[in-house]
Amino acid sequence: MSTSSSAQTSVSVIRENWQALLELATCEVFEMMVGSQLKRAPNAEDIVVSEFTAMVGLAGSLCGVLSLRCSAESAGLIASKMLGIDSSDAQQESWDAIGEVCNMIAGNFKAKLSGTGDRCMLSVPTIITGGDYHLHSLADAGTVEVALEFEESVLWITLELHT
Amino acid sequence: MSIRALIVDDSSVMRKIVERSLRQAGLDLAEVLEASNGAEALGLLQNKTVDLVLSDINMPVMDGLEFVKQWHAIDPSHKIPIVMITTEGSESHVVQALQCGAKGYIRKPFTPDQVKEHVIPVLKG
Repeated sequence: MSTSSSAQTSVSVIRENWQALLELATCEVFEMMVGSQLKRAPNAEDIVVSEFTAMVGLAGSLCGVLSLRCSAESAGLIASKMLGIDSSDAQQESWDAIGEVCNMIAGNFKAKLSGTGDRCMLSVPTIITGGDYHLHSLADAGTVEVALEFEESVLWITLELHT
Repeated sequence: MSIRALIVDDSSVMRKIVERSLRQAGLDLAEVLEASNGAEALGLLQNKTVDLVLSDINMPVMDGLEFVKQWHAIDPSHKIPIVMITTEGSESHVVQALQCGAKGYIRKPFTPDQVKEHVIPVLKG
């Protein structure tokens, strides 16, 4: 998967601590709902795996798209750990599981931004399976991204913002 | 005491997690009904008796707040406690849900202990 932005990024719109808040929001969701501790992925720039992509739209005072990208194996493992079932039985639940995880990360992140919760709505999640696609983002207010290590593979969480 | 619960969520994974959390909270579940949106839940409630409803808010077809409003228009006694479980945890959503007649509110992500903390008092009335 690759991304392109149609407008020049305005980094000033993004507050300095948003990357840390996105990381915290993600780690909390994985700890409480998946039962896994995440840590920052070293050298993540080299590892881009997006066989599963979950996306949740944000509209209102905070406008954009939050996405979670991971390998098919990671998506299956997330489903397996969330449901407490064998990973071979969890494959058919993978897309639903990462959609819900993405939804909870978006909700948890906006809850951490003071005053945003009441004025920002979330869409239901959308999930893309397969990695051969190009995402044309209309984000014009910058991107916040974190790469986190989950069971020896990398998860990418990206927030693309619109004005 | 064994209870019948209705879990309303468009995610089947989340419905299973909520069911597991109820069991982990020590509830003896005689039957668990599932609905994937508010309209399905209304249909089930008109034909089945349940002791507890746990509902998401953001769902296609009919959202959780509309479901609670419509159910209480059908049954103004409010005798079935409805607890919202949702990512929409802002103050205004909580107030709106309680004004619609929900008896409790749990924010996702949640732990089984949080489910227990919010559901047991509601069942005790």
